[in-house]
Amino acid sequence: MKRRTFLKATPVAVLPALLSGMTIKAFGASPLISALTANDSDTDHVLVLIQMTGGNDGLNTVIPLDQYSALSGLRSNILINSSKVLPLNGTTATGLHPAMPEMQQMYNDGKLRIVQSVGYPNPNFSHFRATDIWVTGADSNQNLPTGVMGRYLNYEYPNFPSGYPNATMTDPLAIQIGSFVSPLFQGPTVNMAMAISDPTSLYNLLNGVQDPVPATNAGKELAYVRTIAGQTQTYTQVIKDAATSVTSQGAYPANNDLADQLKIVARLIGGGLKTRVYLVNIGGFDTHSGQVVAGATDTGDHATLLAKLSSAIKAFQDDLQGLGVADRVTGMTFSEFGRRIVSNYSEGTDHGAAAPLFVFGNKVIPGILGNNPTISTATTVNDNLPMQYDFRSVYASLLQDWFCVPKTVIDNTMLLQNFQALPLVDPSGCTSTAVHDINSKAGINLIRNYPNPFVEKTKIEFTTGGGQTLVQVFDGEGKLIKVLIDQDMAQGKYVVDFYNENLLPGLYYARLQNGVVAQVASMIIAK
Amino acid sequence: MSNNLLFGAADATVHPKSSRSTSGLTPYTGVWTKNEVVHLLKRTLFGATFDDINYFLSQGMNDSVNELLNASVSPPAPPLKNYTNTDDDAYATFGQTWVNSPPVPGVTGLRGASLKAWWMGLMINQSRSIEQKMTLCWQNHFATQIQNYAEPRYGYRYLETIRANALGNFKALTKAITLEPAMLVYLNGNKNKKGVPDENYARELQELFCIGKGPNSLYTEDDVKAAARVLTGYRDDSLNNTSYFDPARHDATDKQFSTFYNNTVILGQSGPNGQNELDDLLDMLFLNEECALFVCRKLYRFFVYYTIDADIETNVIVPLAQVFRANNYDIKPVLSILFKSEHFFDMANRSCMIKSSVDFTVGFCRENKLVFPDATALQNQYYFWLLGEQFSATMAQDLLDQPSVAGWPAYYQEPAFHELWINSDTMPKRKNFTDGLLYAGVTKSGYKLIMDTIALTATFSDPSNPNTLIDDVLTMMYTMEVSAAWKAYLKTYTLLSGQASDYYWTNAWNDYVADPTNASKKQIVLTRLQYMYAFIMEMPEYQLS
Repeated sequence: MKRRTFLKATPVAVLPALLSGMTIKAFGASPLISALTANDSDTDHVLVLIQMTGGNDGLNTVIPLDQYSALSGLRSNILINSSKVLPLNGTTATGLHPAMPEMQQMYNDGKLRIVQSVGYPNPNFSHFRATDIWVTGADSNQNLPTGVMGRYLNYEYPNFPSGYPNATMTDPLAIQIGSFVSPLFQGPTVNMAMAISDPTSLYNLLNGVQDPVPATNAGKELAYVRTIAGQTQTYTQVIKDAATSVTSQGAYPANNDLADQLKIVARLIGGGLKTRVYLVNIGGFDTHSGQVVAGATDTGDHATLLAKLSSAIKAFQDDLQGLGVADRVTGMTFSEFGRRIVSNYSEGTDHGAAAPLFVFGNKVIPGILGNNPTISTATTVNDNLPMQYDFRSVYASLLQDWFCVPKTVIDNTMLLQNFQALPLVDPSGCTSTAVHDINSKAGINLIRNYPNPFVEKTKIEFTTGGGQTLVQVFDGEGKLIKVLIDQDMAQGKYVVDFYNENLLPGLYYARLQNGVVAQVASMIIAK
Repeated sequence: MSNNLLFGAADATVHPKSSRSTSGLTPYTGVWTKNEVVHLLKRTLFGATFDDINYFLSQGMNDSVNELLNASVSPPAPPLKNYTNTDDDAYATFGQTWVNSPPVPGVTGLRGASLKAWWMGLMINQSRSIEQKMTLCWQNHFATQIQNYAEPRYGYRYLETIRANALGNFKALTKAITLEPAMLVYLNGNKNKKGVPDENYARELQELFCIGKGPNSLYTEDDVKAAARVLTGYRDDSLNNTSYFDPARHDATDKQFSTFYNNTVILGQSGPNGQNELDDLLDMLFLNEECALFVCRKLYRFFVYYTIDADIETNVIVPLAQVFRANNYDIKPVLSILFKSEHFFDMANRSCMIKSSVDFTVGFCRENKLVFPDATALQNQYYFWLLGEQFSATMAQDLLDQPSVAGWPAYYQEPAFHELWINSDTMPKRKNFTDGLLYAGVTKSGYKLIMDTIALTATFSDPSNPNTLIDDVLTMMYTMEVSAAWKAYLKTYTLLSGQASDYYWTNAWNDYVADPTNASKKQIVLTRLQYMYAFIMEMPEYQLS
């Protein structure tokens, strides 16, 4: 047959990575495959990032009461009456905006960490550039094509999306609530996150903005493609399962978009997703004017936003507690910059620099990290708060103490070199890194057979990292058919023959076990 | 939300009525806006580039269709030897064509890959002519599998025969295809000899190429046998890259056909005259009314939509078939009347084609102005052309290699038809492809094929205005209108990074334009544009044309 000649001569190495992938999709779905490859449990820690878009006025959020006399000369039209500032246990120097009683309580309960004056050298005052700096972890004058969390997830799951989902990582690596994924999650080749606006209806809705289907042929086809798009979300089922397994949640404040988003996050975490990182967003902090109501400075746009932030975070924390997963979760807020020390004449503030951020959860080291900023009465309209802590030290410390990433990796792979280790969370919860070895092998085929399908004989090729190596064959129902290899072997690639000895045609599995790694390849016996 | 939003009720232009399935071939006299231009271009070319949209907008409908129906004056330069193993393919020189060199078994695959890459290159570099899309249409109509006949020189001349006749005469094309060595091998015409006829080609000539299996197609098994005897005697010659007639293998007896063919008797002829019987056979087939009806339905499904109801049969297919017959099966008059018709521009027939894998791939490259290596980097050039071809192949549309002689199922398989292009396998692959070429690109031997997002954006009317920018991109990429709310959301979460004011984008773009070598300013606009394009191409609307 000439056909064979032609195929043989066709160059096979032409396909780069972007053409492959996705074929493994059915892999994670099979309970049998999961059982055959099951292994050590992973660290179950989750990081929830809350992005406050627009640039939050830190001085009116975490209020330095000991700087009041200076501030009253610089931002009198927006300064909040000191008698209304919410006090914090153990300090008289620092308080919270009066719209934040829930976070005040979290602080007093030891579940809130305040990090003072976070920024970076040579601050940038453009929303876009400053946001890019925050999400990529770049220097002020540096352009990085990848995001901080993208680099972390690429370290942990280097071959994603090839080989995912798999028995060790069944779930999305990161989830952003909404319809777009942030550059925060951009890896070297793909964005590592998926966007979800409704975990029970995973078609990628634009936050509920979905145009109706017209009554035309086009409408018929649009509906068809939408259906397929929904079905082919790789993670549809695990997300739906997680969401539906949570049947009751704590109370969340109404008319609070951030609360709505965090409620979804709590539901997914409570439902058992292993997803490492979540990103939610609250916008509107670009308060050039109308930040406060003139004469009633504890009210206005900023107060409304902080009230939403505070009530949503507390409701989320309480819900996690009720769901029994609060120990697994740490949250962190960030905004692209703070605002100017000196207010403007329209009851607002212009783009600034360093600002405080919050880290929250059961495992935070509570209290305030750092000192109140020192405000000079000589401050001019162009002056900004200096940074006390580099924002990359915050990332680096969370990666090290919460995600247990080795310091050398943080320094080199994460591009967060020599940043200061900050006491943010209790580091004692870090588990073994054996799972990292499994994750880093996912997407690399360590076992395969050829020809496939086969009738009488096939060759099973496998790669062992050395040491005790086991190669087994199972039938489609999980019954062990044969043990082909069970011995101590040197590292390398081997081939073993497998003969069809009166087996029925159908699906079979070849399984490799070597150290912490277990992989399964499917084989077809043809008639 | 009312349906009006979908069809741009916001602008005051009078648009054609929607949902009018009774429209026919009356010349279209409605508005000629970008919407109509894009509809025509997406159907007749691979994608609608922004330059082409503006060009044809100024031409008017009649001139646009006329220009699109122009065939090229001279054939394209043939595929070149893009591989270097001269030991195996000593007859051809690197950088020269292999189509005149004797076959070499060891390089069949390399030449075949060269051919597929070359055709992909022709599509990517198509002129403002339907010729390449028509070639794809007829190659699917007269489907073969190069894997089967396994001779790339046959593949090249077969494809060139199709291209040269694509806008010519369908009867002449059918005759030429019948004698193509590729087809003679593929459907065993070269083994069809007197006494032991092989019916394969005779059957498909009627069932798939000329008469079809419509409700009034009543040819018989005896007709298949009789046609097979007419077609005895043809041979292929791979050394000389040709076919020939061998009178000694020809059945020179008379052939009797059924009442469906008016009891036609094709008189047997002997010696070299035996090959005249092919003309008699084609005359008989093309005299039958089913022929034009069948082919017009096929064209309709390729260019308009797959559902042919009673109204469409009466108002479109039947009159179109009459035009076909009245013009002795010249192709151009049929296409001209169809593409200038009310029916073609009927709102009911807009946006309803699901892009084929080739349309998706080539359209992506053309609309987004991907820059392929030029001929001075031959290996890279063919590599990237083949990359496009292989991508399409992984999504069930391999050029010159249909799954069977019936062609790609999307053009015949009821009831799903075009929907077969989209499934749980191909949908993620399409996204992988667009994301891959948008963000990281593909690098080979120092050349990076990647969408130049900023350069593309700069070609639109006012890139600094996020609203018109989104409108321009959607005009080019979508054929469906989307609502103002959808566009606002898209703008806010891509170009504006969640900020509320348009001027943040305007400033960022103007800052970049004023200082284009500043890496930081460039990165700011690049990141946001990439997210915008990625999202637009991820939406289901992008799959429709």
